[in-house]
Amino acid sequence: MVEWSAAERKIVADVWGKISIDEIGPQALARLLIVYPWTQRYFGAFGDLSSAGAIMGNPKVSEHGKTVLGALDKAVKNLDDIKGLYAKLSKMHYEKLNVDPDNFRASYLLADCLSIVVATKFGSAFSPEVQATWQKLLSVVVAALTSKYF
Amino acid sequence: MLSKTEKELIVQIWEKLLPVAEDIGSEALLRMFITFPKTKTYFNHLDIGPGSQHLRCHGKKIIEALAEGARNISTLTTTLAHLSRFHAYQLRIHPTNFKLFNHCILVTLACKMGDHFTPAAHAAIDKFLSAFSAVLAEKFR
Ligand code: HEM
Ligand code: HEM
Repeated sequence: MVEWSAAERKIVADVWGKISIDEIGPQALARLLIVYPWTQRYFGAFGDLSSAGAIMGNPKVSEHGKTVLGALDKAVKNLDDIKGLYAKLSKMHYEKLNVDPDNFRASYLLADCLSIVVATKFGSAFSPEVQATWQKLLSVVVAALTSKYF
Repeated sequence: MLSKTEKELIVQIWEKLLPVAEDIGSEALLRMFITFPKTKTYFNHLDIGPGSQHLRCHGKKIIEALAEGARNISTLTTTLAHLSRFHAYQLRIHPTNFKLFNHCILVTLACKMGDHFTPAAHAAIDKFLSAFSAVLAEKFR
């Protein structure tokens, strides 16, 4: 069981309250595909991913970025049982992406991209203490998402 | 592989940050210590609290080393031979720590540069940091 202190719960709620899913989701997924181009292989059905501009303008990327942050929204609202909440999602990722063990690493990369996009928006408000709690949230989310791999 | 445009972008970004090397470097270190506490174990012999003299001085050295690497990007292995030997043989830094630190450098730049830290800049700096830390960790193999 992951323990969350009152201070951590407050930081998570504060950060999440300032995040626009529709803005941050598409940007985070676009960065994953631009900075780590090998992750594009999972998104063959998304159409044109041939350049940074194409990726950022691709409506399927935007849509899926919002979907991913939608899943994070549920996690934020169920901090005490993220693993249970993500059981089905984990199974789906396992079955769909199982082909390559690197997909495990890709979840960390997506989490890293999300943190960096949040940092560009928040500036100095994304203090080291805020970053630490945010990182804890993402680590728990990634662990839950990849739990079916083990 | 870094393209010519990326190399130029990398040099440009580090040159711009050199005057605030102390701030950037110490912030990145502090982020690493707070977010990934096990990294502190390498610094037990030093006072690395927020604002400490050592944190600032060490932060500055790191950014200067990165800027020098950026200027000598085609000869990183020879330029960094000394630093590489130092991190591998003397400090024995486990390679996973470099990934954690690189992430904290990226977050620091994102906070400072805001929208100027574009996906293109992010991609270029990420590649550069990976290449740099691959050299620092290479003596392990
Ligand atoms: C923090 C990590 C992640 C979260 C929270 C997440 C969340 C989601 C959600 C909510 C869906 C939709 C599920 C449904 O349709 O029922 C989905 C689908 C999908 N995810 Fe993830 N995901 C994550 C990481 C990744 C990574 C790293 C990859 C691959 C590199 C990936 C690839 C996919 C693919 C290919 C689909 C199906 C897309 C489609 O065809 O519509 N996901 N993900
Ligand atoms: C981009 C990555 C890094 C760069 C550019 C870098 C650069 C440097 C530089 C320039 C020095 C000073 C060397 C000297 O005084 O001759 C140094 C020392 C040191 N580095 Fe790194 N470093 C990096 C990553 C790391 C990581 C990931 C760790 C551990 C988590 C680490 C731990 C240390 C320690 C413990 C010292 C000695 C500090 C002292 O006793 O003053 N470094 N590094």
